[in-house]
Amino acid sequence: MTELTRRQRMARQPVPMPERPPAERRVDFDEVNLGYTADLAEAEAERCLFCAHPPCVEGCPVGIDIYGFLEAIAAGDFLDAATIIAKDNSLPAICGRVCPQEVQCEGACVLAKKGKAIHIGHLERFVADYARANGGSDVAAPPFPSGRRVAIVGSGPSGLACATDLARAGHEVTVFEALHELGGVLAYGIPEFRLPKEIVAAEIAQLKDLGVRFETNAVIGMVDTVDELLTTEGYNAVFIGVGAGLPKFLGVPGEDLIGVYSANEFLTRVNLMKAYTATADTPVLDLYRKRVAVFGGGNTAMDSVRTALRLGAETAAILYRRTEAEMPARDEEVEHAKAEGVEIVTLVSPLELLPDDDTGRLGGVRLQRMDLGEPDDSGRRRPRPIDGATYDMAIDVAVIAVGNSPNPLLLRTTPGLDQTDRGTLVIDPDTCRTSRPGVFAGGDIVTGGATVILAMGHGRRAAAAIDQWLAAGA
Amino acid sequence: MNRILEARILAPDVKYFRIEAPKVARKRRAGQFVIVRVAEDGERIPLTIADAGADEGWIALIVQDVGKTTSLLNQLEVGDQLLDLAGPLGVPSEIDRFGTVVVVGGGVGTAIAYPTAVAMKQGGNRVISIIGGRSRPNVILEDELRAASAEVYPCTDDGSHGFAGFVTAKLSEVIAAEPVDRVLAMGPIPMMAAVAEVTRPHGIPTIVSLNPIMVDGTGMCGGCRVRVGGESRFACVDGPEFDAHQVEFDLLAKRNTAYEAWEHFRRLEATFS
Repeated sequence: MTELTRRQRMARQPVPMPERPPAERRVDFDEVNLGYTADLAEAEAERCLFCAHPPCVEGCPVGIDIYGFLEAIAAGDFLDAATIIAKDNSLPAICGRVCPQEVQCEGACVLAKKGKAIHIGHLERFVADYARANGGSDVAAPPFPSGRRVAIVGSGPSGLACATDLARAGHEVTVFEALHELGGVLAYGIPEFRLPKEIVAAEIAQLKDLGVRFETNAVIGMVDTVDELLTTEGYNAVFIGVGAGLPKFLGVPGEDLIGVYSANEFLTRVNLMKAYTATADTPVLDLYRKRVAVFGGGNTAMDSVRTALRLGAETAAILYRRTEAEMPARDEEVEHAKAEGVEIVTLVSPLELLPDDDTGRLGGVRLQRMDLGEPDDSGRRRPRPIDGATYDMAIDVAVIAVGNSPNPLLLRTTPGLDQTDRGTLVIDPDTCRTSRPGVFAGGDIVTGGATVILAMGHGRRAAAAIDQWLAAGA
Repeated sequence: MNRILEARILAPDVKYFRIEAPKVARKRRAGQFVIVRVAEDGERIPLTIADAGADEGWIALIVQDVGKTTSLLNQLEVGDQLLDLAGPLGVPSEIDRFGTVVVVGGGVGTAIAYPTAVAMKQGGNRVISIIGGRSRPNVILEDELRAASAEVYPCTDDGSHGFAGFVTAKLSEVIAAEPVDRVLAMGPIPMMAAVAEVTRPHGIPTIVSLNPIMVDGTGMCGGCRVRVGGESRFACVDGPEFDAHQVEFDLLAKRNTAYEAWEHFRRLEATFS
């Protein structure tokens, strides 16, 4: 590696992620980002100032040794870089693609102030993809079996992260998944063009190699309860990572019209059930040349609207009640969506979904114009209706992406779990312990709806606490 | 797992399966369903658990061929396996000592009504079963229901067996003849809606089992939402049984037509392949 001075490093421009042109990518489900080449990765890693106290590591919810892996990349030691990442993150190909790096590692980067933060996410993705194609990272062989058994409920990000650390600590881990496919939101929620399913499968396969057992079609709460897992099924601890279950709707008239989907349903039909393929038996409404509106401003809304485009929608719009500045979606998703032709309509709130005719199909939406008032609890300025400013927009399909509330299936058969008013689980933030001994929880069932990486952070914290709990003789 | 132990034709296009599913068999209660997938790329379909042997570890499913997945399913034989089977799902039927309970089953809906009829009898109720079909071969589970019922009234549209006419006409007769404390109706939407109108003026509590389009069956997608008492409920986690007098049947019927066009073209496609 060429030795660059600090000044030279700071003068260099960030290496952009190669991506497919919008016109090409918006008509298929192939991945949008192409990934760095080895040269691009080295060039980007070389820009790192290698801070003595790297703030990026502080910004990472799972504490990846970013300094270390960037140093390895800059030296051209890509497999070493993969091994360094693997110590803290079992799903790097996934996280490199879906983490909101701009508010985590990259947001903390000292170069961020100049708008030139190191593209840590792109580098993580490069390393993970390189390792997968070239023999994989060196993961330490599992230690001597502890003889302790842990049940993990849910195979999404929190459960997978928890499973990894527990398996590495020598515990016998079984992951229970309610659906027929593994991955939770990684399988049903995040679309192929952002996160190819073969990558999810490959990262889960590594966990299988670690000895983690997976059981699909296991609806815990309905088949075995948490109590049965802890007694008759012989598990010493349980981690609940069931995600945020039930989709929220808008609560306006007309939501039962045909053509109104929750984002969960729309994305599940397309991602999990592959409704866009000729061989799939699960339909999705024909969107070809149709007008689609997506309500919400988060990543799920962006995934939905871009999916609609790919299914042939004539127009695909985000309808959001605040302004773009308040949108919770990752910057990259918003930019990609716009480049693909998504229209972003801000400061509007739906009053009613309007029928097209008497067949019960959607034909439009009545919108209320909003402006922004004082900040609310979330720190974002509260949207307020503008008196008398309403108008109708013609749409054929609506997708509601305004969040989820906790799924009752597990909670209603598990007595003694403290819940918040919103129905999420109460945990100790340091240990992810619930109000029941031996029962831990993390991810969206606790946060009510956050990111893959925050869920993984919970999973890791819970794994550490479960390891201690087991060591203490539970 | 999910191995078929018994498979036999019950009626035209209707097949009875006994399937190895020990955990579901132990847990399941009357009124609950499973989600089944038969092929890779196949859809997830809900099927009511018609019967179960808790000790022997099997559940029974009764399947009417109404589309691609049910058609594939009905081609399976003993020894074959279902690709995926998840459950039990849904809220079990409310079983109590109600008194006289009339169980109405229409067509293959009788398979949904049967386990609840059995549970009602075990719960100490006098069970009267009214089961209908187009013609004699379409009336199913008559013998099985005799064991669970004080009286069984088969009804056929063409009069080839039992009472000639709709189940609702028979139900009106029964209500006129003796006090009825509760009615359960499982079958096609128009039948359930008609039963609700028969019992409404008498104020008889009436329960129906709804069959909206489902995807995951675990509450995640909300596609199966139905309106009951002016509120949106998810049939998979809040149901499938609801108060018939509160259900908006017209809406359910409309929502169930969402994919008619798609299904039509798939059928056409199949005829050319």
